[in-house]
Amino acid sequence: MSTKSRSLWSDAWLRLRNNKLATASLFLVLAILFACFVLRWFLPHDPNIGNLNDKYLAPNGTHWLGTDQLGRDLLTRMLDGGQISLMVAIIATTLTVAMGVIYGSVAGYVGGKVQNVMMRLVDGLLALPFLVIVILMREMIASQLEIVSEFLVDTWGWKSDLVQRFSNIIPLICAIAAFGWLSMGRIVCSQAANLAQMEYVEAARSLGLGYWKILFRHIVPNLLGTVIIYATLTIPSFILYEATLSFIGMGIEPPNSSWGMLIKDGANLIETQPSLLIFPALLFSLTLFGFNFLGDGLRDALDPKTAKD
Amino acid sequence: MLKAILSRIGQTTLVVFLLVSVCFFIVHALPGNPFTEERATSDVIIERMEASYGLDKPKIVQYGIYWKRMILDGDMGQSFNFKGIPVKTILLQSFPVSFQLGIVAMIFGCGIGMPLGVIAALYKNKWPDYLSMVIAMAGICLPSFVVGPLLQLWVAKPIPFLNIAGWMMPQDVLLPALTLGFGVAAYIARLMRGGMLEVLSQDYIRTARAKGVSTLNILLKHALRPAITPTVTYLGPAFAAVMTGSFVIETIFQIPGMGQHFIDAVLAKDIYLILGLVFFYGVLMGLANLAVDLLLLLINPRLRS
Amino acid sequence: MVICAVLASGSAETMAEKAANEGILLLGNGNEPKALDPHLVSGVIESNLLRALFEGLCIEHPSDDSASLPGAAQSWSANENFTEWTFNLQPTGKWSDGKPVTAHDFVFAYERMLHPDFPSGYSDMLYFIKNAEEFNKGQVTDFSQVGVKAIDDYTLLISLKAPTPFLPSLTKHFTWLPVPSHKVLEYGEMTEPYTAWTHEGNLVSNGGFQLKKWRQNHFIEVERNPHYWDRAAVSLNGIRYFPVKNANTETRMFLNGQLHATYTIPPDFIPTALKKYGEQIMQETYIGTRFVRANAQREFTSNPLIRQALSLCIDRQSIIDNILQGGQKVAGSVTPPFGSYQPKNMTAFDPAKAKLLLAQAGYGEDAKLPELELLTTDSDTNRRTAEAMQGLWREHLGLRVRIVQREWKSYLKMRSELDFDLMDGAWIGDYLDPTSFLDLWKGGNGNNNTGWSDAGYEAILAEAELIEDPATRYAKLLEAEAYVMEQIPAIPVYHYNTNYFLSPTVKNWHPLLLNTHPYKFVELQK
Repeated sequence: MSTKSRSLWSDAWLRLRNNKLATASLFLVLAILFACFVLRWFLPHDPNIGNLNDKYLAPNGTHWLGTDQLGRDLLTRMLDGGQISLMVAIIATTLTVAMGVIYGSVAGYVGGKVQNVMMRLVDGLLALPFLVIVILMREMIASQLEIVSEFLVDTWGWKSDLVQRFSNIIPLICAIAAFGWLSMGRIVCSQAANLAQMEYVEAARSLGLGYWKILFRHIVPNLLGTVIIYATLTIPSFILYEATLSFIGMGIEPPNSSWGMLIKDGANLIETQPSLLIFPALLFSLTLFGFNFLGDGLRDALDPKTAKD
Repeated sequence: MLKAILSRIGQTTLVVFLLVSVCFFIVHALPGNPFTEERATSDVIIERMEASYGLDKPKIVQYGIYWKRMILDGDMGQSFNFKGIPVKTILLQSFPVSFQLGIVAMIFGCGIGMPLGVIAALYKNKWPDYLSMVIAMAGICLPSFVVGPLLQLWVAKPIPFLNIAGWMMPQDVLLPALTLGFGVAAYIARLMRGGMLEVLSQDYIRTARAKGVSTLNILLKHALRPAITPTVTYLGPAFAAVMTGSFVIETIFQIPGMGQHFIDAVLAKDIYLILGLVFFYGVLMGLANLAVDLLLLLINPRLRS
Repeated sequence: MVICAVLASGSAETMAEKAANEGILLLGNGNEPKALDPHLVSGVIESNLLRALFEGLCIEHPSDDSASLPGAAQSWSANENFTEWTFNLQPTGKWSDGKPVTAHDFVFAYERMLHPDFPSGYSDMLYFIKNAEEFNKGQVTDFSQVGVKAIDDYTLLISLKAPTPFLPSLTKHFTWLPVPSHKVLEYGEMTEPYTAWTHEGNLVSNGGFQLKKWRQNHFIEVERNPHYWDRAAVSLNGIRYFPVKNANTETRMFLNGQLHATYTIPPDFIPTALKKYGEQIMQETYIGTRFVRANAQREFTSNPLIRQALSLCIDRQSIIDNILQGGQKVAGSVTPPFGSYQPKNMTAFDPAKAKLLLAQAGYGEDAKLPELELLTTDSDTNRRTAEAMQGLWREHLGLRVRIVQREWKSYLKMRSELDFDLMDGAWIGDYLDPTSFLDLWKGGNGNNNTGWSDAGYEAILAEAELIEDPATRYAKLLEAEAYVMEQIPAIPVYHYNTNYFLSPTVKNWHPLLLNTHPYKFVELQK
């Protein structure tokens, strides 16, 4: 088993490297991650402090992309916001994939009544109002988070700005993941149900393979294609969830920025200061393109069928 | 078949009942009081307001009363935020608007998304593929609060018969529906492409190709049906979601649809309105999923067993 | 698309032009009203609608803030010390269903508003009336002891608890409007709230207009009231109110010819708009103040020196110029200056002095300052102002302030529970008198929200209440003003200004301090 899986992954890696677009995307994504999480700390400006009289400066030597409504450096805020947005999206997507695949594949493979009950449950949960969950999560988790962050600051001497920044995205991640896995579960389930009818699964079953072995050896790997495509779609949509919450004033805590927040603020300035929309939207789109083509590449690389070519 | 449908309807009813019940108790946990205003209201007054809506009774009694009224009189209670307006009136006024908008948006979504996805799959890794996917990605990357204003400024402003916003003339549906449909199209294109690629790599398609069957023929006769499965699965919930409107699009285009209520009711802790909306959405979602499953049966006869 | 093109090609005129020809005013009104029952609402949005539908004893003058014109009352007179007022109603005053408007309708309205069983949140606006507060609080159970009497069908006698020379201007407020007793009682008992009497098709009103259509989140249309006593004076055929929540959309609609006037203008658009559409932009003084309330119940902010230090670090002019951009005025006092009431500017931007005060309060250079929480709502402009102040306090005092942005109901809950160190909030004057602002800081005022109270301050206000001469009274109130600014439980940031678009086709619409334009006099140029 172990040798087999290793060759699957190294094969996939080889195929991925042969795909120029995917490789380029991989580098793009890595570059953006590097910029947000490393380079950002070498920029001279504080993302949250600006001089009001320097608002709306055009790009120049000191402020490479200009300044925002409060005279803060736009580039620093974009990279800083990238940390938040990417963390929200990536962590929530990981949770979503884990929950969605497990739940969905079990439901789809077992089928029958169990599938029915499990899917009806998903239907029900999907109809809960998202905003209620967000507000409740914030209410429930916020006080606990405060205790934890105080502990981190007081006992371990962590920087309070930093702790606060990251602690206030946790309710958001929980709320988004609590919703995100539902659609993932549905899609995985219908795919798994399809696969369960396939000849090779029947064959495996007639060979006497166990329930779980069939599930994890034959069903789940064949779901990867769908899951990866869907996951690359959820990353942008989760960044957008956060943005939409910003639109109704429920996003992350100011003065922190996020891509959603920057784009939303920029959208209000379309007529007057378009650059405040264009730069963040550009970085956001580039990231999504990167994730998307990387996802496509991964899917092709992992798909056992294209392997035959 | 009929039995299956009936049992499915039964299940949906049960799900909706549970959903509303769960909601009933969690919306009470929302912070704040529905009757507080900018200007301070004394506790006595708030108690009076609560009493006039029956909120002074124990939760479980309120819950019983809610279902009793709902089942016996078809009464969903009154809104707290829009004082004295029955929830049913609000739903009946806003749903037709969202419905019209949703239908047009779905037409835009499928009309743009499906061809894009098919073209992308047929020309995999060639420029039509990239172009379609760039368009699709734009639909995903650009949030509706960017697309909406752009359409207002670039399309509505120069064209005299299009309004910036509002719901007064038949053509007012076009721009918001396009904004709403754009995001849907992006998903459909991606899912369609994925499904199509999956099918095109199947042995029977390869065989057909080897036999020299034309691409169009393969597409229409063999590929489209199975390839559409993931898209159809997505369409169910998407349809229910689109039909119930979008807060962002409705506020940007000033449309009296349901989407605004989903947000405003929660922010105002308008309990009966939230419950009414959840009930409505649950029913719609159940119906949409039922329709999807029936559609899947039609498309993929193997599932019938 | 083709059909639309054909449909539209016939008319090149904009919606606003078409409506102007029909005599219908198109207004942006910010949001959907919570109700149309004058006894159940408290907001500006609702008051804009009620002003068209109902008419109080007196009504606004189209251009003079201090004048009160005859409304439902033809004439009025007061005794020597302004405690007994007699209003003679219009003999031809009628509800929109043709029934006469009588003094009994007013008595009914005030009884309903004040009734202890009726959940009206704004009943304290009637506390000027003798025994009104006592009746509202259940201490007096017989309404005949309250100072409102119908002498006959057309004569109303109002007795007040204290001299109130400005009563006529109070009666313009929507809390003093009459309601049609016959209609209210048709749909429920007097004290039953939330009945259907205000719904489309049921609502009967006595103003220049009557309700025609009410579409949730869509529009509300009012049309001429055929029974209005002064119908000849009404120029408009109707008004259509659009609840446009998104200010950017509203501005775009106006510029595209879909509205005659907007509710607001997004701050970032104002400078550009002033250059491009200068003559269509109204920038008017509005009697309201934005504050940062400090929680006097918390140790750090309970010290007036610290509150002064916080105030001295706010660069008000810069916030106005760079964020609000609508010509707001630096707030140097709690009450905005108006008419003959002109308080001095008692604030300044002086970070050096702020540091000094902080040191005096025991927080020298090396002292560890606590981290404060600034509570604010989910609006963009408030968020930005909060961010700016956060930066200023950090820069000048080294004070860390965390912005806690909450959705409306959570915000109100935290506000009333004093669950904050600092809180961003505002107050809009209900009527043109300094007490509308100064009373806020009394200990028992429900809108105080600072946890601050001071016997010395309340003593000055109590003294002022007994003074009959307006000028001496103002002088006394200025004393109170200085007192509260010294203690500064709430730090005034700026005095409001309304900014909105107004089409040049709208005539006889003038700046008013309370922004209450009487639609009766508004005209549309065809």
